[in-house]
Order: sequence, then structure tokens, then C-alpha cells
Amino acid sequence: MNASRRSERRLGWLLCAPAVAALLLVTAYPILYAGWLSLFRYDLRFPGERAFIGLENYVSILSSEVWWRALGNTLIITVGSVAVELLLGFALALLMHRTLVARRAVRATLLVPYAIITVVAALAWKFAFDPVTGFVNGLLGLDTAWLTQRWSAFFVIIFTEIWKTTPFMALLLLAGLTLVPHDVLQAARVDGAGPWRRLFGITLPLMKSTFMVALLFRSLDAFRIFDTVYVQTRGAQDTGTVSILGYNTLITRLNLGLGSAVAVLIFLCVVLIAVFIVRGFGAPLFARRQRP
Amino acid sequence: MQGLAGALFVLALFGCGEQAQTQPTVLHWYVFNEPSGSFATAARRCAEASNGAYQVKLMPLPSDADQQREQLVRRLAAHDRAIDLIGMDVIWTPEFARAGWILPWSGMLAAQAAERRIGATLDSARYDHRLWAVPFTTNTQLLWYRTDRVDHPPATWGEMLAMAEILGRNGTIQAQGERYEGLTVFFVSLLASAGGAVLDSTDSHAELQTAPTERALSIMESLATSPASDPALSTAREDQGRIAFETGDSTFMLNYTYVWPSARQHAPEVAAHMGWARWPAVDRDRPSRVTIGGINLGVSAFSPHPELAFRAALCIASEENQRLAAARGGLPPTIDTLYEDFEVRAAFPFADILRATLRDAVSRPQTPLYNDVSLAISHTLHPLRDIEPDRDVKRLRDAVNRALRSEGLL
Repeated sequence: MNASRRSERRLGWLLCAPAVAALLLVTAYPILYAGWLSLFRYDLRFPGERAFIGLENYVSILSSEVWWRALGNTLIITVGSVAVELLLGFALALLMHRTLVARRAVRATLLVPYAIITVVAALAWKFAFDPVTGFVNGLLGLDTAWLTQRWSAFFVIIFTEIWKTTPFMALLLLAGLTLVPHDVLQAARVDGAGPWRRLFGITLPLMKSTFMVALLFRSLDAFRIFDTVYVQTRGAQDTGTVSILGYNTLITRLNLGLGSAVAVLIFLCVVLIAVFIVRGFGAPLFARRQRP
Repeated sequence: MQGLAGALFVLALFGCGEQAQTQPTVLHWYVFNEPSGSFATAARRCAEASNGAYQVKLMPLPSDADQQREQLVRRLAAHDRAIDLIGMDVIWTPEFARAGWILPWSGMLAAQAAERRIGATLDSARYDHRLWAVPFTTNTQLLWYRTDRVDHPPATWGEMLAMAEILGRNGTIQAQGERYEGLTVFFVSLLASAGGAVLDSTDSHAELQTAPTERALSIMESLATSPASDPALSTAREDQGRIAFETGDSTFMLNYTYVWPSARQHAPEVAAHMGWARWPAVDRDRPSRVTIGGINLGVSAFSPHPELAFRAALCIASEENQRLAAARGGLPPTIDTLYEDFEVRAAFPFADILRATLRDAVSRPQTPLYNDVSLAISHTLHPLRDIEPDRDVKRLRDAVNRALRSEGLL
């Protein structure tokens, strides 16, 4: 490494320093503090009983049926919503990519649900599925109280999530679609590849890293789902997610130790999911600099 | 320079002195948003009567008790100095007292707060042999029934189930069966009526004596499996019961007194045939004991003006303001003699039964861990149709003991 490169590198670090410092301050500190708190018995209602108890909070959570059930519920919602969003989002991306007429209007319309605040969307769908005020039952000719049964409640929650975030998925995938070189597709066409062959042979493989990023973003988001569940069921009918569990422990029961341990476990789950997705795609998240 | 500073100092002193004379101290009263405005009127009256010593500013909380508590405890745990008076649900007394968030009442203040109050309402404001709040309004459930379908109200649960089943389609009984705090209330009332208690005398272990607990559980199970129960019992709260009763398809309902003004307003044809009676007993020779609710006024431990806050609490909970809350807001008073008052009796034609019920009322388990205990009870007993009394007594005892040891997640 010569001298000019070294000084360039130092300048790079210096330029990054303020951002790194800000990140450390606003994210690393709370994360570390939560980790520290999770090692204590610490309930704000009984401040006098604060004591260091090591990993006891984790043992109590991991041996509790409640945690595993919440984790299962979270995974049901995550997998259910992300899978549909991916398919639907890709279809919409293709549509937006190919639209010839009113291109801007189509794109803008598709983005409307994403622009709506989650709490508002969740409330709107809660009312829509309500047997008294809603239109869904009338439309389907049913008489169901959707949010009073476990699986129909899951359906409403997942449906709301899909409705709300498919546009985000479509937008990300659209960006990937525009990166597929047009001449490669033309060449394949000349060679006699049909539309399906071109999709599976060229477009999808070239979009692999876009898919990974889209999947990663949405899975991490979906795993931390809170507002939709909080508004629609508050975790009733056994639909509580890990975030709801964390909220109840921290905010309702004021148990800072146990609640922080739940938060740390959620964080670890998120890290695991990220590693799993990145590994699964066999591609590093950031392309390494190519060595000559 | 020194002269200027001195002049400023004098000015500042003068300014402060003047302010203290003209500007009354503002006390912040956190309480649920009472729709009739009777709390606001009480606050104004007390401020006027204080001759400029204080003003009371209402800080409305949501109507849902869980959400009220959530907002309050977050502030109290952070030692918020902007809370002076707290409209406390009766179940919060032990939790707030134990955490050191409210001030105990003693001496003259305690004597004044206890004056002429119904015993059970005072019990709901006591914890650890001390008084922590002044009882303001109270509430309890009665049995509501259709006088055009049955000629006398049932005295016991067995009698009510039999009457309802004979009536058939219209015989439905409305009760609270959802998995929430109301289910705990239902259970506590049945258990107390059967002669049992959730906690032992030290309030730190589950009591749940086998015979009365089994009795209470088997009544819950036979209600849920009877053709007279509402098909939606497992998701029914107080308000679903009220609405169902107002449609006219039900004959019996266990509910709070607010259903009376509501029926008169929304379903006058039902209200015309609406009778009331004491909550059904478990055994014919033992009167029912029903769970008490209501709002007590506590003084925050972080208030900068505790003396004024105590005075304001006593004034807001005075006889005159309780009469107003009863007549205008439909909130039953905690002062015993008010049940003979003309205005109160006009609002509550069932005043005598209400007072008799309140005099025998039972408190929910008085422990700082009530929330956890309530979750344990409602989670164990829901859905009511799947209760197996002989098996579930032990399950219930275990769940309550776990909650009292504050173990793990809920």
C-alpha cells in the first residue's frame, strides 16, 4: 500500500467518523444497555429487589411455553406474508416494468398502500373485517367474526401486512428488473428463447442479489411486526408475536430485566434470520473488491 | 452594576410574591374521560371553594382500564412530577402503594376519607393496614332480567339455569366469558359466593379451597355448556352482553349498573320490562358476594403539592360531588347514606339492592401482582366450556402461585 492510498484511506475513515459515532450513540448504546439490563432481576414496581442474576431471565424465557408459542406465531406471520408479498411484488414489478401507457400513474397508484401509516391501515382493515361495520362479510356472503378465531385472525393480520408492504417489495424488485441488460434479453430472443425461458434463464438469475435484499428487508421487518397485531387483536386468540410479548413484559408489567432479555432474544433471532438468508442465497451481501 | 442586580432581585421577589397571590397552584388530576362532565364540574367547584388556593386540571385517560394503567405507570415509574391526583381503579391500590408511587393517608385525613364510606369501598383503598386513597365512586354487578318472561328473579345459579333452559330460545343468559380481566371478576364473584377466596390471609399464596373452587368452576362449566348460554360467550365482554340484551333476545344478564340508563336510551321497549335483583347466590342459604369496582382518588408521591392534593381529593370525593357523579354520570357513590338521597335514587331505582350488594362486596385479590394473577386465572379458565372442575382446581392453584412468585413470562 503506497503512501497516497494510505492517506486516502485515513481520510475515508475520518469522513465516516461522525456517522459511526452517531450510530454508536443511538444504536449501540441502547443495545448494550438492554443486554446489561437483561442480566438483572429488575421490576420497576419493586425497585428495592433489583439484583444481578446472570442468565436466569434467559433460562426462564427459553423454558417458557409462552415464548415458543409467540415465536411460532411470529414465524407464521413472517413466512405467510413475505412469501405472498414476494410473488405478488414480482408480478407487480413486471407490470410496472412493462407498462407503456400512463407509466407514472400506475407506479404512483401502486405505492398508495405503502404510503399509509401502518396503524391506520390496520384499523381500516379491522373495520373492514368487522361483522357489523365491515364490507368483507357482505362481499363474500359470510357471517364471520374474523378476529375472534385464531386462524381467521391470522388471515386478517397477514392480509393487512401483504396489502401494506407488497408495493415496497414491488419497488425493490422493479429496481432489480431495470438492471437486467436489455441486449442480453434481445439476444436470447433471437436465439429462440420463449418468454418463460427468458424469465427463468436470464431475468431471475440476474436478479438474485435484488431478491436477496428484498427478502432480507421484508423478513426482518415482518419478524418484528408489532403495530398490526397490537391494533387488530392485541395478541388475543393466540396471535401474540414476540414483539407483543416484549411490549407486555416491558411496558405493561414494567419488568425491565425480563423484558430486556426478550428484546435481546428478538435481536438474536433477527441476526439469525439475516445470516440464514444471506447464506441461503450463497452471495455475500456486499460484493468484495475484486483483486487484480 | 450591583445596583442593577439588586433592582432585578427586588423585582423578581415582587413578581414571585404577586404571582403566588393571584395564580392558584394547578393540580393535575389524571382520570378516565368521564363523558357526562361530572368530574370536570366537581373539579371546578372544588377550585372555587378553595378560595384561590388551587385549580384542578383534568388530564383525561382512555376509557379502557388497562390503557389507563399503562399510561400512568409509565409516568409514575419515571417519577413524573406533573401528576398530583390519580383516579385509581380499585385494583391498582396494592401495586401503586407497594411501588411507592402514592402517599398513604393518615390521621385526620384518613378519618375524613373514611367518613360514612361503605366498608367494602374502603377495603379497596387499603393495603398493608394503611389507607392509600379516598373512595370516590364504586360499582358492582346486579342480575338484570325480563319481568315479562319470568315472574320472579332466580335466587341461585341453579335456579337461573333451569329457568333459562325452560324458556328456550329467548332464555339466554349474558355473562362475561372472554379471556380478559372480566373473566377473573366473574370467577372471583362466584368463588366468594361459594365461600372461598383466591389468596390466603397473608395475600402471598393461593388459597382456593377445594370445595368452593370446584363449586365455582362447575357453575362456570354448566353455564358454558348449557343451551341457555350465548354462543359467543367465549368472546363476550360487558358491552357485548349489554348490546345482546338490548336486542331483546336474552332474559338474564349479569352486568354493571350502566346497562340501566343505556337500555332506557337505546331500547326503551326492553327497559320497560327490565327487572333487577341481587346477583344469584351459589347456595340458597348464603347471599352472593360480588366483586367491587370503582375509582379511588390517590395522591402521587411525586406531586410537588401533596397537602393541596389531599385537600382537593377530599373535596372531589365529597358527598356533594358524589351525588353529582351519580345523578349525571351514573356512577354509584361510596357514601352509604347517599343511597337514601332523592337524586341518587332517581338515577338508581335499584339503590337498595345496590347498597346491599356493595355492603357484602368482595375485593379482587389484593396483591401488587394482581395483573399477573388475573392473567393466570383468565388464561387457565378460558374457554369456560372446557373446564373440568376436579382437574382445574389444582391447575388454577399452580397458575396463581406461579404468578405470585413472579416467575417468567405471562
